[in-house]
Amino acid sequence: MTTTPGTPAIELKGVSKRFGKNFDIAARLARRASAAFGKSPKDLTVRAVDNVDMTIRKGEVVGLVGESGCGKSTLGRMVAGIIQPSEGQVLWQGRDITTHSTQEARVAQLKIQMIFQNPYASLNPRLRVAEIVGEAPRVHGMIPRGEFDSYVDAQLRRAGLDPAYKRRYPHQFSGGQRQRIGIARALAVQPEFLVCDEAVAALDVSIQAQILNLFMDLRAELDLTYLFISHDLGVVEHLSDRVFIMYLGRIVEQAPAEEIFARANHPYTQALLAEVPRIETRKKQFAGVKGEIPSPLDPPSGCHFHPRCPHAMARCSIEVPALREIAPGHRSACHLNG
Amino acid sequence: MSDVTLDVRNLRTHFFTRAGIVRAVDDVSFTVWRGRVLGLVGESGSGKTVTGFSIIGLIDPPGRIAGGSIFYQGADLAKLTEREMRDLRGNRIAMIFQDPMMTLNPVLRIDTQMIETVQAHAKVSRAEARTRSRDALGMVGIPSPDERLEAYPHQFSGGMRQRVAIAIALLHRPDLIVADEPTTALDVTIQAQILAEVQKLAATYGTALIWITHDLSVVAGLADEIAVMYAGKIVETGDVGTVLDRPLHPYTQGLIGSVPSRNKRGSRLRQIPGMTPSLLDLPQGCAFRTRCARADAACQSDPGITEPVPGHALRCFHPLLEVTA
Repeated sequence: MTTTPGTPAIELKGVSKRFGKNFDIAARLARRASAAFGKSPKDLTVRAVDNVDMTIRKGEVVGLVGESGCGKSTLGRMVAGIIQPSEGQVLWQGRDITTHSTQEARVAQLKIQMIFQNPYASLNPRLRVAEIVGEAPRVHGMIPRGEFDSYVDAQLRRAGLDPAYKRRYPHQFSGGQRQRIGIARALAVQPEFLVCDEAVAALDVSIQAQILNLFMDLRAELDLTYLFISHDLGVVEHLSDRVFIMYLGRIVEQAPAEEIFARANHPYTQALLAEVPRIETRKKQFAGVKGEIPSPLDPPSGCHFHPRCPHAMARCSIEVPALREIAPGHRSACHLNG
Repeated sequence: MSDVTLDVRNLRTHFFTRAGIVRAVDDVSFTVWRGRVLGLVGESGSGKTVTGFSIIGLIDPPGRIAGGSIFYQGADLAKLTEREMRDLRGNRIAMIFQDPMMTLNPVLRIDTQMIETVQAHAKVSRAEARTRSRDALGMVGIPSPDERLEAYPHQFSGGMRQRVAIAIALLHRPDLIVADEPTTALDVTIQAQILAEVQKLAATYGTALIWITHDLSVVAGLADEIAVMYAGKIVETGDVGTVLDRPLHPYTQGLIGSVPSRNKRGSRLRQIPGMTPSLLDLPQGCAFRTRCARADAACQSDPGITEPVPGHALRCFHPLLEVTA
């Protein structure tokens, strides 16, 4: 599935997000005192996302892959405008969201919607389904007077739910149906861009297939652009046009989906691909990348992956490798590429 | 085939709830051999976890084993008293759970928990128990086990915690380990590390494993035999290669078709219509018939177990015999 390169829908330029601890006065005094004695106080800032550039063109499905704590959800939330970046810009259709007027910002934010991992936690348990799905479009004046019911019915039907259930509460639905409610809610405000954060991770295989098919149908029907965040490489491979691999806050490799699964360049991507269990394998000799994912509070110097990398050289612990183009559309951040 | 470690025959575990009898496990039979891995696969609510809990005797009221036998070294586990079961549990038969944060006591150090487990089944000194604990931690690949013994569970990462749980399960070199979704919560690279340890274990000590999971891909690479559960019954069982390459039951085939990596990129996934039925209100006869494309009037009666190909058993009136997957 290839799309003609369209205009950029979302552009991230040097986006970083830091989460720091707010020190109370005693902690601040203690830190200043220890600094006065020449000891540098321990930095308690997590660089969840570190200087990320990303362009997602209209109509594209971009997969973002990484393990827990790599910052993929934080990145997704910045794209969706739920949190603001500490540095850098998020451009929606070429314009910085933060420079929009309030009215424009609201329109832009409506155009980017998010679908969350846990349909149990992301639906208000005290609201009926009709209210969950219909609240946002009503507040934003998208529903003509007196058409609330038919509007909600249409949204539910599009997400594969029977409108007869709209008087029910979320707990009366199964996991797959709840995720459909989440999808109906996101689509109700007529977005152009969906950020799906592990949207199928909590679902059973057969239900996951139903939801993935729904995503693909909706893409064709509504001309949607997706940022699909997942740790499941199988799902990402199936759905995406392009894939970004993230490790400890940085993008380490990006390429068209076929390219990355055929010719992974970064040692981390290679390790990740080697360890993905596949249904075709029999009696596989599991090995595992050695070591643990380091704490983002204290990431390794240079290339974050060097302590676990089988090809690490002296240079890797000193110098951060730049994300360089190694083939058309294929960029990798590794010193092995020269 | 070499010696049998566990033989489950016609196991029925039912929950007698106010809303009715939930037949969570209904006439389940399988065998686990020494040093081999059985993958018990199914979706949520299929009864795979209850099967595991039945083996290790952890079924609480309103549930109970309503029939069938679980033979372990000639004894029927289903008929043992709680005291006799206690001697076996954690000793000859161990369990690893999905969430190690829930199974490790958060207020006790690792050494306390491990030494307690050793001394529960072996009359050894504290020092000896500590040595055994340290060795077990080393065996599952925990660096500097001496220091880590003195840590609390929250000081470990998720993967390390699961290793500790596995080390505890290994303390008495059990004959059988029941592992319930042990790597589901872990990242891919960490999962591979754990799977590598498990393979080593089965090969080195001849430990038999029941690996309960919803992830067909993990079972494909790890298990020797596979049993697919649906609505409390094993619908298909056999050698991993045979079942996954040539599934005969429409449900197994649907399940395999749902896995994205099997499909052509970007194509629609083959989906199973509908959803898992409630165990309180199962369709009569074959529980899968309401979702099955091949179902007809015959499916309204209960399909018994047939073995159209030797070593490959299933419950279906209309197996996909002529279809080559």
